[in-house]
Amino acid sequence: MTAPTGIVPGHARGVLLVVEHFWTWYRRNWRATAVSSILQPLLFLLAFGVGFGSLVDGAGRAATGGVPYLVWLAPALLAVSAVQSAAFESTYPVLSAFKWQRVYHAMVAGPITPAQVALGHLAWTVAKITGTGAVFVVVIAVFGGVAGPGIVGSLLAAALTGAAVAALVMAFAATVENEGGPFNALFRFVVIPMTLFSGTFFPVDRLPEWVRPVAWISPLWHGTELARAAALGTGRALALLGHVAVLAGLLAVGIVLVTRLYRRRLTR
Amino acid sequence: MGDGLVQARGLRKRFGEFEAVRGIDVDVAPGEVFGFLGPNGAGKSSTMRMVACVSPRTGGTLQVLGMDPDVDGPRIRARIGVVPQLDNLDAELTVRQNLQVYGRYFGLPKRHVREKAAELMEFAQLADRADEPVEPLSGGMKRRLTIARALVNDPELLLLDEPTTGLDPQARHLLWERLYRLKREGVTQIITTHYMDEAEQLCDRLVVMDGGVIVAEGSPAELIGRHAAREVLELRFAPEDRPPAAAFARLADRVEELPDRLLLSTADGERVQGEVARAGHRPISALVRRATLEDVFLRLTGRTLVD
Amino acid sequence: MTGATVSRLLPGGGYAGRSRVLLERSAIVSRRGWLAFVSGFFEPVFYLVAMGQGLGSLVGMLPGPDGTPISYAAFIAPGLLAASAMNGAVFDSTFNVFFKLKYARLYDAMLATPLGPVDIALGEIGWALIRGGLYALGFLTVMAGFGLLTSPWALLALPAALLVAFAFAAVGMAATSFMRSWQDFDLVTLAVLPMFLFSTTFYPLSVYPPVLQTVVQCLPLYHAVELMRGLTTGAVHVGMLGNVAYFAVMIALGVVVAARRLDRLLLR
Repeated sequence: MTAPTGIVPGHARGVLLVVEHFWTWYRRNWRATAVSSILQPLLFLLAFGVGFGSLVDGAGRAATGGVPYLVWLAPALLAVSAVQSAAFESTYPVLSAFKWQRVYHAMVAGPITPAQVALGHLAWTVAKITGTGAVFVVVIAVFGGVAGPGIVGSLLAAALTGAAVAALVMAFAATVENEGGPFNALFRFVVIPMTLFSGTFFPVDRLPEWVRPVAWISPLWHGTELARAAALGTGRALALLGHVAVLAGLLAVGIVLVTRLYRRRLTR
Repeated sequence: MGDGLVQARGLRKRFGEFEAVRGIDVDVAPGEVFGFLGPNGAGKSSTMRMVACVSPRTGGTLQVLGMDPDVDGPRIRARIGVVPQLDNLDAELTVRQNLQVYGRYFGLPKRHVREKAAELMEFAQLADRADEPVEPLSGGMKRRLTIARALVNDPELLLLDEPTTGLDPQARHLLWERLYRLKREGVTQIITTHYMDEAEQLCDRLVVMDGGVIVAEGSPAELIGRHAAREVLELRFAPEDRPPAAAFARLADRVEELPDRLLLSTADGERVQGEVARAGHRPISALVRRATLEDVFLRLTGRTLVD
Repeated sequence: MTGATVSRLLPGGGYAGRSRVLLERSAIVSRRGWLAFVSGFFEPVFYLVAMGQGLGSLVGMLPGPDGTPISYAAFIAPGLLAASAMNGAVFDSTFNVFFKLKYARLYDAMLATPLGPVDIALGEIGWALIRGGLYALGFLTVMAGFGLLTSPWALLALPAALLVAFAFAAVGMAATSFMRSWQDFDLVTLAVLPMFLFSTTFYPLSVYPPVLQTVVQCLPLYHAVELMRGLTTGAVHVGMLGNVAYFAVMIALGVVVAARRLDRLLLR
């Protein structure tokens, strides 16, 4: 008989091994999601940036600070699509890994810890969102929506927003036992209102007074403000610092929650 | 036409290039429990689906309850009960609702299905789970519920496709007991199985199927008497000192070679076991048992039922 | 269609005249998942509030169907009504039906009873209609509350929504019968999302260059939006009968193909 060959990986390495697992899967299956994750934001860009944008006249121009509607919309779309994929990738795939395919259980049967599983899956999701976003930046540029190199800053802002949302949603998904109800409610009552009321398509001050607070608690609003400021070179330093602080705070809370809840669910 | 509940002559089923059932004759009499025994892929389930009127035949004739499934599908289905191979309970409904809604598909009045559901939950020993969802039920419970559901229309004929596959021994025995009870009440049953013990326990009469054809027919005892010796000696050897099957040819009526053991068919297993020892063979284990339908199948096809 | 016509077009022995029992089943199920049921109503309302107010502030008034200027909210509300009729019907007849067909094996259980494929097709489409009808009623009530219904013709928007939902449900079910795996559902998204965005839901046809105008006019949702916009603004004209005919053809094709395909799939 030969000696056992397994070793216990260090903390960071364990996380990377989890990322490697998802990357291996993705290399075989990327076509299935690539089309929808690029095409969906592209369609929104065309419908609103180009189509609807052609209606935005003098009065509307004042709202965008004088830049064409397409250029004004593009960085925000980058943020909104990061949030949407973050939310989607952190719901059904997570439940599936806990319940149907039980991929997580297979991972923790070896020397990998639940916290490494949580952080590895989160890191993978963020990497994927960022990659998709980078491709989308090129697409936007083709349609004339990029004003300058600041768009790289928008991409980073979108990635940070996506990371915060992914961590929080993964933590939520770790508590969900059955598909259907909880995720439907999350999309209907959190994700969709967030995409509509976070200043993506129009400035938040155009909303009725009583709806505006919805934007302030929305991570997407902070992300959108950052992304737009980076792309257009607008915004005041203090406000931007505030947005970054809020998103980083949410991400930190999400990481604490998600590692705890993964541990609870995988060691029961 | 005879008074058989099911009568098939030269029945065939083809899926594209593959012919699953290749011309079989079957007669099932009222009140009997009739079995199809065979390994996976023998054509049992295809036959069952044709009898259940959810799969049109490709050739031959078929009469179920005196009617032709191709013409009278819904009328036949109204009078039979079907337990499919895989449970297809409605996961969005409770135990009770599963029975009631299913009963409604048969056009039964609401009041009737309410009473019937209560009665069937007693039969399936699920009365205490009546208003719970079906998903968390154990495999045995789900199976019993599926059988109870198939009885909601008081069928003349009950079709059970692999009724106990995947169940633990305790759940199987409980299920067999319920099927006995139905038999005593006079419900005709057709069962497919690849477990020889199940076929021996439940069936009055059975056919052995292999590769889409019937290779033998009779009661379990008849089949064993006709195709197998009374006892079987099972010998297991360490891989490195396993003698060739031919070494035992003189000692037994027949020798079958399996990957992990040798089976010696004989009238007297104990005696052969002694002779094996005297011949200087040292098996890791030796076991004498009564011949079963498994041996019949091995004899007829050269293969085992469960692989 | 009379019973005799139906049975000539559809597979023999496939109809027991008992599809009503499927409605009973769906009603029982939705009583348990009432939250998901109710939540379906909110999505178009969120869109109406956000887009009507926010986007409206960027463009002001738009020309209505008969050229009279109308508010942006009054312009998109009928579009959203049509789109929600489409979305609900497509979701019910594709994802839900596919799940029951392939995973829950629910239809196999039903076919062990006297029910046939036609009962199943009609029962499922019927439920999609009831649900769609309730959502449409809710949305029309909200529109009335915002003062966006200006003509008694608007009463006909409810049956129109049912007609649209029926057509999409029938075609959706026919399409589902051709699907092999969840991957194929990308195609559903690929059909529905562009239609939602480009069928004059958010801006008038005149935005497009002439060639694209013709393309858009071929889309079913365009006809649904035309129908709804005419009815809710009271700009009714004879040409709308053409829109109705479009859906009648969709229904006929969808039902016949769906029933035949289900017959092939389930009764092998």
